Amino acid sequence: MLSGLLARLRLDPRLTSMIAALIVIAIALNLMTGGLFLSAENLYNLSIQTCVIAVMACGMVYVIVARQIDLSVGSLLAFSGMAAAWVQTRAFPPDSTLGWIASIGVALAIGAAVGALQGALVAQMRIPAFIVTLAGYLMFRGAAFLVSDGQTLAPLHPTYQALGGGVDGAIGVVPSIVLGLLASVWVGWHAWTARRDQRRYGIEPAPVWVDALKIALMCAAIAGFVWVMCLAPDFTNVDAAGNPRGRGIGVPVLILLVIVIFMTFVAQRTRYGRYVFAYGGNPEAALLSGLPTTWLVWSLFILTGVLAAIAAVITTARLGSGANSIGQLAELYVISAAVIGGTSFAGGTGSVPGAVLGALLIQTLDNGMVLLDVSSPMRQIFIGIVLIVSVWFDVVYQKRP
Amino acid sequence: MSQLESPALAAAPAAGRESFVRMRQIVKRFGGVVAVNHVDLDLYAGECVGVLGHNGAGKTVLIKVLSGVYVPDEGTIEVHGKPMNFRTPHDAQAAGIETIHQSLALADNLDGPGNLFLGRELLTPWRTLDSRRMEYEARNVIKRLNPNFQNILDPVLRMSGGQRQSVAIARALYFNARILIMDEPCAALGPAETRMVLETIKRLKEQGIGIFLISHEMHDVFEVCDRATVMKNGSVVGMVRMQDVTPDEVLQMIIQGKRPVQAA
Repeated sequence: MLSGLLARLRLDPRLTSMIAALIVIAIALNLMTGGLFLSAENLYNLSIQTCVIAVMACGMVYVIVARQIDLSVGSLLAFSGMAAAWVQTRAFPPDSTLGWIASIGVALAIGAAVGALQGALVAQMRIPAFIVTLAGYLMFRGAAFLVSDGQTLAPLHPTYQALGGGVDGAIGVVPSIVLGLLASVWVGWHAWTARRDQRRYGIEPAPVWVDALKIALMCAAIAGFVWVMCLAPDFTNVDAAGNPRGRGIGVPVLILLVIVIFMTFVAQRTRYGRYVFAYGGNPEAALLSGLPTTWLVWSLFILTGVLAAIAAVITTARLGSGANSIGQLAELYVISAAVIGGTSFAGGTGSVPGAVLGALLIQTLDNGMVLLDVSSPMRQIFIGIVLIVSVWFDVVYQKRP
Repeated sequence: MSQLESPALAAAPAAGRESFVRMRQIVKRFGGVVAVNHVDLDLYAGECVGVLGHNGAGKTVLIKVLSGVYVPDEGTIEVHGKPMNFRTPHDAQAAGIETIHQSLALADNLDGPGNLFLGRELLTPWRTLDSRRMEYEARNVIKRLNPNFQNILDPVLRMSGGQRQSVAIARALYFNARILIMDEPCAALGPAETRMVLETIKRLKEQGIGIFLISHEMHDVFEVCDRATVMKNGSVVGMVRMQDVTPDEVLQMIIQGKRPVQAA
C-alpha cells in the first residue's frame, strides 16, 4: 500500500525511505540525548559538518556511476588546503584580502591540475583508477606534510574563516528568509512548467492534488530548515538587550546547495551528464555511439579534484588553520555517502541528492554519537555497519520485480 | 561469369541501380593478425546483402570499418560515389550509415529515447537536453516499428529482446539512414520477434534503403537477402545471388571456403 502511494505521488522510493530513516534516527537520538540533538544550535552544527563530505560526494557519484573510483580526495583535500593556508600565511602579509582570494584560486588550481593528472593516467595511460588514486592517496598526504614540514599554518583571514560557517559564517535571518521564499517560488514554478510541457506533448500530467501535495511538502521542508537555522543563536552577534541574534543559513551550506543544484542539473539536463550515465551503463555502447569516452573519464577526475579543493577551503576556514592531518578517512566517508545514497558500483546508477542525504545520514549518526559520548573507534564501527546494512537493503530491494 | 572478374564483384544487381557503398581492397590488421584481407564489397539501393562466415571470419571487423569504429589500414570506401575517410562513428553516421551492432550498443540504464538519441541528443535553445521532444519523437518512430511497444520510458534493462531490438532499429531509422548495417539482429530473439525484424527489413528495402545483414541463420538470409558475400579467414570466398544457390551450397562455401562449381 505504501509503495502504491509512493508510485502515485511519483516519489523516488529510495530518497523517500532515506528521509524517513533520517527522521526516525533524529527522533531517537533526540530522545537519547534529552533534546540536545534536535536543538537549533546542534542542527546548525550538523548542517556545517555535513558540507565537507557532501560536497565531495556530489563528484564521487559521477565517478562511481562511470565505473571509476577516486580514493585520493581526502589526501587531495589536505594538500590543497595546506597550499591555501600557505598562500595566506607565508606568501601574503596577514589580513591581506588579496591573500585569501588568491589562496582559494591556488587551492582550486591544484585540485584541477592534480585531478587532470590522475585523469590522464586513467583515461590515456589506461592505468586502473583504483591504482592511480591509491597512489594519489599516499602521495598527496605526503605533499600536504611537505607544504610546511608538518607545521600547522595559522591564522587565516577572518573573511576567509566565514566560509567555514563559524564566526560570521552565516548569512543572517532576513537573507535566509528571502532565500527560502525564492526557493519556494522556484519549486512551484518548476512544477508548473513541467505540467505545461507534459500537456504540450500530449502526456497526461499527474493529478493536481499530487503536485500540490508535493509542493506543500517541499515548501514545508524549506520553511522548517530556514526556521531552525534562524533560531540557532549567534553568541558573537547580540542585539541591544544582549540576546544573541539568529544565525541563518551557513555559508558552507550555501556553497553545497549551489554545487548540488549545478551537479543535479548537469546530470539530468546536459549531454555531459547523459554521457557519464551512458558510459557507466555500457562503456562499449558509449564507444560505438561515438561518445568522447577518453575525455569523459578524464574530466571526472578534474571534477573530483576541484570539489576536493572546495571542501579543503571549507575545512581550513572552519578550523581557522591549515593542518596536514585534515581530511583523513574523508575518501571512505565520501564513497560511503554516495553508496548509501544509492550509487551502485556496477555503474550507471546514482543520484546527487541521494549522496547528499547519505552524507547527512553518516554525519547525523556521528554527531548524535558524539553527543552520547560514544568513543571514536565505536563510532567508526557503527558507521561501517550502517554502510553494510544500507547496501544490503539495496540488494534486497533490487531483487523485487 | 568471366574469369577476369573478381569473385567478390560478381553477381552485381541489374544495371542502373544507384550504388550506395563501394568498398575496395579493405585491409585491417590487429598486430600480426590480418582480420580483413583485401576485401571488396558493394551495396546498391534497395537491396539486402548478406555477409556470411564463421565466427572470426572477419565479418564484424569489416562492418566496423564501414561504421567508422575501426580505421582501415588499406583500401578505399565510396559512399554514394564519393570517397570517404571515416575516423569515428560520427563520420559514418554523417554519411547516412547507421549500424545496429550485435550487442545492440544500448546503455541498459537509460530509457528508450535516451538510447535512441545517444550521441545525437536533441537540445533546447539553451543547450540543455530536450527530453520531452526526444520522448515525443521516439514514440513516433517506435510506433511505426512496433505498435504494441508503450513502455519506452523504462530503462532498456527492463525491456524484452524484441523491444530492445526495436529501440536499436528506431535509432537507425530516425536519422533517415540510407544505408543500414545489421549485425546478427535476430540472434537473441524469439520466433515472433524475428518475424518482426525480417518484415522490417523487407519494408526498408521497399523504401530504397540498402542493408548489410550479418547472420548465421540461413533461413533468414534466404528470406530477405538479394545477394550474399561469404568470408573465411578475413578473405572473401565469393559473392552469390540468392536465387542462384541453395542453402547447402552457401553452407559449403562457409565451411570449406570454396565456391561450389554450379554457383557461378
